[in-house]
Amino acid sequence: MKLLTHNMLTSHVKGVTKGYPLLIKATEVKVNEVDFNPQFVSRMIPKLEWSALVQAADQLGHRQDLPGDLVPDYEKNEDFLKKVHRVLLEVEVLEGCLQCPESGREFPISRGIPNMLLNEDEV
Amino acid sequence: MESNVKTVRKGKDEKKVLRKQLKASHTLLKHEGISTTPQPTKSLVVANGGLGNGVSREDLAAALKEMGELESLVMPPHKPYAFVTYRSEAGARKAHTVLNGQKLQCGESSVTLYLSYVDSVKHQEEASFSLPDGLVLVEDFVSPEEEAQLLAAVDWSSTDEDVTAQKALKHRRVKHYGFEFRYDNNNVDKDKPLPAGLPEECVPVLERCLKDGHISIVPDQLTVNQYESGQGIPPHVDTHSAFEDTILSLSLGAKTVMEFRHPDGRVVAVTLPGRSLLVMKAESRYLWMHRITPRKFDLVPACEPPSHTSPDFGTQSGLTLSKRGTRTSFTFRKIRHEPCCCAFPSACDSQRTASASPPSPPSLPRCHADAARLEEEYVHRVYDAIASHFSSTRHTPWPHVCRFLSSLAPGSVLADVGCGNGKYLGVNPQLVAVGCDRSSALVQICAQRGFHAFVSDALSVPLRTASCDACISIAVIHHFSTRKRRLEAVSELVRLLKPGGQALIYVWAFEQEYNKQRSKYLKDLNKSQNRDRSPVENSSEETQEPHKVPSVRTHGCNPTENLQDASGVAESKLSVHTNRTAFNSQDLLVPWHLKGGKTQEEEESPSGLSSRPDAHSGFDSSVLSGSRPNSGEATHSSDTGQTSGCSPAPVFHRYYHVFEQGELEQLCAQVARVKVKSSYHDQGNWCVVLEKE
Repeated sequence: MKLLTHNMLTSHVKGVTKGYPLLIKATEVKVNEVDFNPQFVSRMIPKLEWSALVQAADQLGHRQDLPGDLVPDYEKNEDFLKKVHRVLLEVEVLEGCLQCPESGREFPISRGIPNMLLNEDEV
Repeated sequence: MESNVKTVRKGKDEKKVLRKQLKASHTLLKHEGISTTPQPTKSLVVANGGLGNGVSREDLAAALKEMGELESLVMPPHKPYAFVTYRSEAGARKAHTVLNGQKLQCGESSVTLYLSYVDSVKHQEEASFSLPDGLVLVEDFVSPEEEAQLLAAVDWSSTDEDVTAQKALKHRRVKHYGFEFRYDNNNVDKDKPLPAGLPEECVPVLERCLKDGHISIVPDQLTVNQYESGQGIPPHVDTHSAFEDTILSLSLGAKTVMEFRHPDGRVVAVTLPGRSLLVMKAESRYLWMHRITPRKFDLVPACEPPSHTSPDFGTQSGLTLSKRGTRTSFTFRKIRHEPCCCAFPSACDSQRTASASPPSPPSLPRCHADAARLEEEYVHRVYDAIASHFSSTRHTPWPHVCRFLSSLAPGSVLADVGCGNGKYLGVNPQLVAVGCDRSSALVQICAQRGFHAFVSDALSVPLRTASCDACISIAVIHHFSTRKRRLEAVSELVRLLKPGGQALIYVWAFEQEYNKQRSKYLKDLNKSQNRDRSPVENSSEETQEPHKVPSVRTHGCNPTENLQDASGVAESKLSVHTNRTAFNSQDLLVPWHLKGGKTQEEEESPSGLSSRPDAHSGFDSSVLSGSRPNSGEATHSSDTGQTSGCSPAPVFHRYYHVFEQGELEQLCAQVARVKVKSSYHDQGNWCVVLEKE
């Protein structure tokens, strides 16, 4: 699971109102190099929940020095975009789980894939 | 080795041909997920220079080394291409200039190499080499003397016209002792032992098996198979009801590779050296299919450890080709007298499960719990079981879906709910695409392709509300078994959309003939030539013979009468659809004939295409006769009469609700805050584009 996916995922357990962002409990994290495309990254940034991304990067120890608030004019800041690129697309959680911040329900991540299936009584 | 590459001055026409061929090779590589780049880099993909084309590592490396110092040479197993990385870009440039379009001589045949630059070489994670559960390989189990005695004990000349015990099967010679294995019913006649018992030369071998604890009961049936180079055996599981748990297979003569395949798609290639004993127990005996691909070369680990040649050579680089010789196998089995009660009902003929062959098809669901159970058994489990085969038949994105994806603004967030093997996730690389599917086996394939994907149910997608610019749901909603659930699935898609966002939905149509045009699902009987025509039900549904296609609906099947709901009008049993015929009901079970023997590579790789005689696209292959999709096991995997002691290829049934004209629009109209922007019929599917207000 890349942090891009994490940024979009939310807990969907029945009754939960504050299921975002999911906490990451990683036991295996890998960093893969991915081709850097500054335009792609800068287009993606406005689609993100910035604070959730920074928090997730922090949890995995890959925050670098990303600011808590989005910097203005990031489109032209290649250094910044590279850091965002890294946390969004290069850092990958292979094993561990995602935890719903409200209910505590854990969703396993195995071989890089989060399993978000719920039991019948949770839907 | 320089003489292996023939340099010829190219004329104008030849250059034109080369350009065309290169273009074709790019198209084919794209199918494999390999993107080439026009700018020179240090790495090249060498099309046709793959193990799958019969090119050995040694021959290719020799030709490539002429052009410069190599950093790595990666030869993925079974693929018709290889990746080379030079120490310097100059080396890669030289290889590109000199070798492109040149013939490489390998053994008696030659291939034409096509080289293109690639940005990076993906070292795919090597599948784990652990053997299937219950499988044990004992090397040097018999001495060379015993081997000679055993081989001499088989009298191939004694042919008795009345006894079918000895047959020259298409793929190999076979002879039975103790009991005859009948290929007509894939079982043994337990009351009719053959006059000759097991040859006495086998006694010391079996005693050793007992002593070493490989077996606890002495086998009473022996099948001797002799495979010449190029022969094989189709994928099969030895019939459960015919034989007890442990099966012994003694390999004599040349070494060969036996491939084991789990229903979830895992494949393990096991090299069987001469004089080795293979013990199949438990899961490896009951659940994994095994086969020997008919071919003349096997992929085996290179003798020289990769570290000796270069420390940078990746793990996959350690493979090379081994020429096959004649192998004789002695398979010892114990006849079973009680029905099998193994833990693998999905593969067990004694415990025919509902999904393998429904003795009594399920009824239409009448409540939520019924519906969920029906879908669990007739949708979710089936996709997990057929994932690998299913994925191998789903490689061509459907043009109208691609058009929708291409129309989205760069940077748009796309959710593909029910993404299958992810074939739409990479169509428009400008999108931020995330996929999810109920089948973890399919999601695994997405992940291997580098896509963002997770496992989830389409009724409860764990994505933030209003986070997506677009959603697609291709061939998903027809798997929900009540109208209420289909409505919930549409609502869930709409929930994900931002205001102004669009969703594209495809469902299978009851009307397979529309505007006097038959869908390709009906027309595409000649599936071997044209695969993947329909996005929903493309050609994998195997038809043994062309079915008659009724031009009008079968009488007595007014679809509206069968239109059911959670309230339940009828307790009618679901009917089983006949593949490639018109539908006669809206709710039905569609059979899927699992072809375990057909690997993904064979179905969709360039080598698969190249073996078509009419393919002039430049992939000139055919060193490995066995790599042709139309030879050997591919056509016989369903022909149970040709296989040794195996169950027929399993058939799975998927539940579908096929939509009538107008039904999808009506369904969507019930969802708040969304309007149907357009709707159309596309090759036997009903399609809508929704826009959120």
